Amino acid sequence: MSLTPVEPRSASFTAGITSLAGGFAGIFIGTAQGSTFTGFIVGAVLLTILTYVALLMRSKEKVVRWIILLAFGVAGYVTGGISSGIMGLLMGWFFSWFIFWIGECRYRGHLVPYLTPGQVLWHYTFRVICGAIFVFLITPILVVLPLSFNAQDFFTFTPEMLSLDPEGYSLKHYRNFFNSSDWQLSFRNSLIIAPIATVISVSLGTLAAIGLSQSHVPGRRAIMAILISPMIVPLIISATGMFFFYSQVGGFLEGTIGLSKTVVGYIKIVLAHAVLGIPFVIITVTATLVGFDRSLTRAAANMGANPMTTFFRVQMPLILPGVISGGLFAFITSFDEVVVVLFVGSARQKTLPWQMFTGLREQISPTILAVATILVVISIALLTVVELLRRRSERLRGMSPS
Amino acid sequence: MSDTTDTGPVLAADGTPLKRSLSRALRRQKMRALMLIAPLLLFVLLTFIVPIGQMLFRSVENDIVSRTLPNTVIALQDWDADSGQIPDEAIFTALAIDMQAAAEAKIHTRVGSRLNYEKPGISSLFRKAGRKAKKWDLENDGPYQEKFIKIAKGWGDPEVWRTIQTYSSKYTAGYFLNAADLQNGTEGPEWRPENEQIYITLFKRTLFMSMMITVSCIILAYPVAWILANLPSRSANLLMILVLLPFWTSLLVRTSAWKVMLQQQGVINDTLVWLGLVADDARLVMINNQFGTIVAMTHILLPFMILPMYSVMQTIQPTYLRAAKSLGATNWTAFWRVYFPQSIPGIGAGSILVFILAIGYYITPELVGGTKGVFISNRIAFHISSSLNWGLAAALGSILLVVVLILYWAYDKIVGIDNVKLG
Amino acid sequence: MNLTKTLMATTALGFAAGAVAAEDMANEMTIVSWGGAYSASQLNAYHKPYSENTGVTIINDESSAEAVAKIRAMNEAGNVTWDVVDVVASDAMRLCDEGLAEELDHDAVLAAAPDGTSASDDFGDLLVSDCFVPQIVYSTTFGYRTDMVGDTAPTTVCDIFDTTKYPGKRSLQKRPIDNVEWALYCDGVAKDELYDVLSTPEGVDRALAKLDTIKNDVVWWTAGAETPQLLADGEVVMGSTYNGRLFSAIAEQNQPIGMLWDMQSFDLDGWIIPAGLSPERKARALDYLKFATDTQRLADQAKYISYGPARKSSAPLVGKHETLGIDMAPHMPTDPANASNVHIYDYEWWADNRDDLDAKFQAWLAK
Repeated sequence: MSLTPVEPRSASFTAGITSLAGGFAGIFIGTAQGSTFTGFIVGAVLLTILTYVALLMRSKEKVVRWIILLAFGVAGYVTGGISSGIMGLLMGWFFSWFIFWIGECRYRGHLVPYLTPGQVLWHYTFRVICGAIFVFLITPILVVLPLSFNAQDFFTFTPEMLSLDPEGYSLKHYRNFFNSSDWQLSFRNSLIIAPIATVISVSLGTLAAIGLSQSHVPGRRAIMAILISPMIVPLIISATGMFFFYSQVGGFLEGTIGLSKTVVGYIKIVLAHAVLGIPFVIITVTATLVGFDRSLTRAAANMGANPMTTFFRVQMPLILPGVISGGLFAFITSFDEVVVVLFVGSARQKTLPWQMFTGLREQISPTILAVATILVVISIALLTVVELLRRRSERLRGMSPS
Repeated sequence: MSDTTDTGPVLAADGTPLKRSLSRALRRQKMRALMLIAPLLLFVLLTFIVPIGQMLFRSVENDIVSRTLPNTVIALQDWDADSGQIPDEAIFTALAIDMQAAAEAKIHTRVGSRLNYEKPGISSLFRKAGRKAKKWDLENDGPYQEKFIKIAKGWGDPEVWRTIQTYSSKYTAGYFLNAADLQNGTEGPEWRPENEQIYITLFKRTLFMSMMITVSCIILAYPVAWILANLPSRSANLLMILVLLPFWTSLLVRTSAWKVMLQQQGVINDTLVWLGLVADDARLVMINNQFGTIVAMTHILLPFMILPMYSVMQTIQPTYLRAAKSLGATNWTAFWRVYFPQSIPGIGAGSILVFILAIGYYITPELVGGTKGVFISNRIAFHISSSLNWGLAAALGSILLVVVLILYWAYDKIVGIDNVKLG
Repeated sequence: MNLTKTLMATTALGFAAGAVAAEDMANEMTIVSWGGAYSASQLNAYHKPYSENTGVTIINDESSAEAVAKIRAMNEAGNVTWDVVDVVASDAMRLCDEGLAEELDHDAVLAAAPDGTSASDDFGDLLVSDCFVPQIVYSTTFGYRTDMVGDTAPTTVCDIFDTTKYPGKRSLQKRPIDNVEWALYCDGVAKDELYDVLSTPEGVDRALAKLDTIKNDVVWWTAGAETPQLLADGEVVMGSTYNGRLFSAIAEQNQPIGMLWDMQSFDLDGWIIPAGLSPERKARALDYLKFATDTQRLADQAKYISYGPARKSSAPLVGKHETLGIDMAPHMPTDPANASNVHIYDYEWWADNRDDLDAKFQAWLAK
């Protein structure tokens, strides 16, 4: 289904573009082999020929694409072993797709018909730029994933890893994570502390944001500044300041109230993290409330709902997106926080970042990469489930995906 | 209903004058708003503002000298530091009394450490004198001037006494002076020797780097936010996962990953060498300098820029752009005159967030910053955890906080803090 | 609403679980150390046997890097939760100066050597502070990539400053201590005059000028694990770090790294007891110290990590590595073959001048 009727492009037009691309790729291979210029020429000529041949057999597109793919892969493997073979396969896949994408004019397929060639070019350049930025965003994950299978205890791509030798890989860092009581303890602690801290900052923060959004609040700016301050005070200062406060609180809770040391330890970190998460909740929820139609609460009150009902049945569902994203920020703040927990916490309450920090400082251990990989996989799974649920509920409610 | 009461004041349904009734309602509304805010406000005030305030108060607090050496401080009041003479026996006797009391309470070395920040060497003077002073019989063991100088020559240095005198008041501006590369000289504040000046450089660098990071975040986030806001929501949500994923990866891991990427034997350099773009002996230096810090921190803070921009751009109607174009605007004019102005609140929100977060960072600069890429927070952390000079750390922190508050205030004036949107 | 309830229930459960897990306070002590392989060696050599003998549960807290700041804050807040803390000697002195660590009478609280030598004689000069019980001698020394130095491996510390003979980056610790001494030594100052020269402003300038010659070739590290990583990456050709880290990279990880022991800088790590403990806790902490620093225990620790025991009487008892089975003595910084030319750092001098020199050093770095 396309917006614009497309018609095949002439072979000479296609070859002009693909040969440029081929030449560009050739530059790199050429330089690696010693001569930039030869690489460029060979790449351009090769792609020109390929394009003409491929477009002659337009009707058998699938077969042609497979042939190109395999040819590149084999060529790569013959010249430089497995890793070059994989590079070759990737290049083959790209060029076989690219030739037909240009040749069949598919690039115009889903664009509005009135765009000028310049606009089409800009459209795709822009996409490529965005793609590059997305790659930048997930670069660390791309690095961390393979390194977490490193057979050595360093953050190094060993020669064995680069030549895809199975000896260079191992699952030992994953085993270490699951067998080490330190890692397990810290993982459990993170899972206890972060959600509780989030609940506290979200509930208090949402209430306060609603209060702040009322029209006549005396000293609004000052209050706002105070509530946002945990975000702007440098963390190390906050950490020491809180350390004093919580040492005293801890003494009080243990001595006067008689709670056990462990419980007090958790309370201290939970409260400290809750404070750090509050600015995010305040900011997001206030922002959502700016667009909130106040007449809805009046209407609800008019119809006899008490303030509680109004809040939970009318206001809450509407500001929920803001609350959720604030909660997300608050959760991450606690889950990824290392400075304050190092000061306020003690060994029993050490969280994942604490364990990672000592891991990095005392002995480099790729176990932290394994942990990171596991977290990434879990979060991809969670985000996917959420997205699927959202689509399902959209379908159930009969909404078309927008 | 009001037109029936043309003689008296306007009355509400229950018979009270409308004005009073309204103001009561307003008051009740205010009260309710305050009641909603109160729990959180109290919580933040108690668990955050008060502790931080106490911490920052250390930047001027200095009662340790007058508390530990009460007699000496009083005796020293009349001593003229500019005379070049060491104090007389009376002052040394006062010091002997104080020193013995302090050594018995084991606090004499604390004063020594405190004064050592101002003049190196004083720490050991106190340590040595305290050890001896414990055994003195104060009545009969004089004269003390000789004895002190015999313990350590430093006690005969008028500069040592000047330092004690200068820092004997309960409050001091000394830490703030130090934080601005100044020191208490003979005639008021003066510059520190050039080879000790560091903090102004660091403040300037911190501001400069935070700005660079903010700018690169804006440049990278704008296209991404635009494409997220303009794609159909299905694809946008999938791409959103890519934005959120780095968030779930620990800061420490991301920083280490950048190290692996950027170092000279790292992934990027290896690739460039393999491709032949860079000679093997001329690998690029991309880490342990400002570049490395900017790249790593831009990456870490990018989601904080994308999310607010995205939520603002989502509210901009795409029809505006089309309308502008159909009225004859070129692509660029349509974007620059119609779309961009509407997206400014998002840029503002993201920038303030990124800038404030960047200015206080210290773990990432510590790990990838080398010598030229460290921030003022690194020094604050150093003074808190290694040198124990908390007064100086608090002074540096206070200055940083004031800078941030000024920015926050300016932002509130220009954009309004209510317009900050996170998603 | 349901979500909130569930979360509340989880919270309550979490706390309840915590309460159940809480041990009897009276029989528990918190010992603070560095974490990693070092803590593991202490666990095996000290904590396990002590717990078996006495029934005391030991909680290991890995906060030594923040110890000085935390002890000071605990002390001010009047709630000291640690019982015994592992710190380096200079930190111990700082804590002692600030009145934050308990002063000890070494002969009264520590065990004598098996042959009856008193503790203060057995430890000798290593008792650098009244509050400090030394545990190990470690050294900050250099490792180099054997495959990157050509045919002639470096033999003196001054090869660090020779960028023509050994091109490439070197890693140094981001602090003045050790670096300025090495710089002056290689600038021709005699070993016993180092601190006299450093006490003058010109001496400091001279040291920094020497460091200036390699400033562009230095990667500065702050955490001990960095140099082994940099060496493993081939990112630096040589670098300073703690000798135990190099041992682990060479012997346990089989990295192509060689040791350069010349002018290794000896330092001490050991125990302090924070001031302000209740009498019972202090008594228990002392009891632990007496056990953990006796001759046999110190020798035992050397089975797990290549740091030299601080007692003279422990040296003959040092055996083989627990898992690798190699002789540990040749890997000790105190081994005569390694200790032919060592740098002994002047704690007193650094306690006085550390802040001043650090300011100058940082200003120099920032230039």
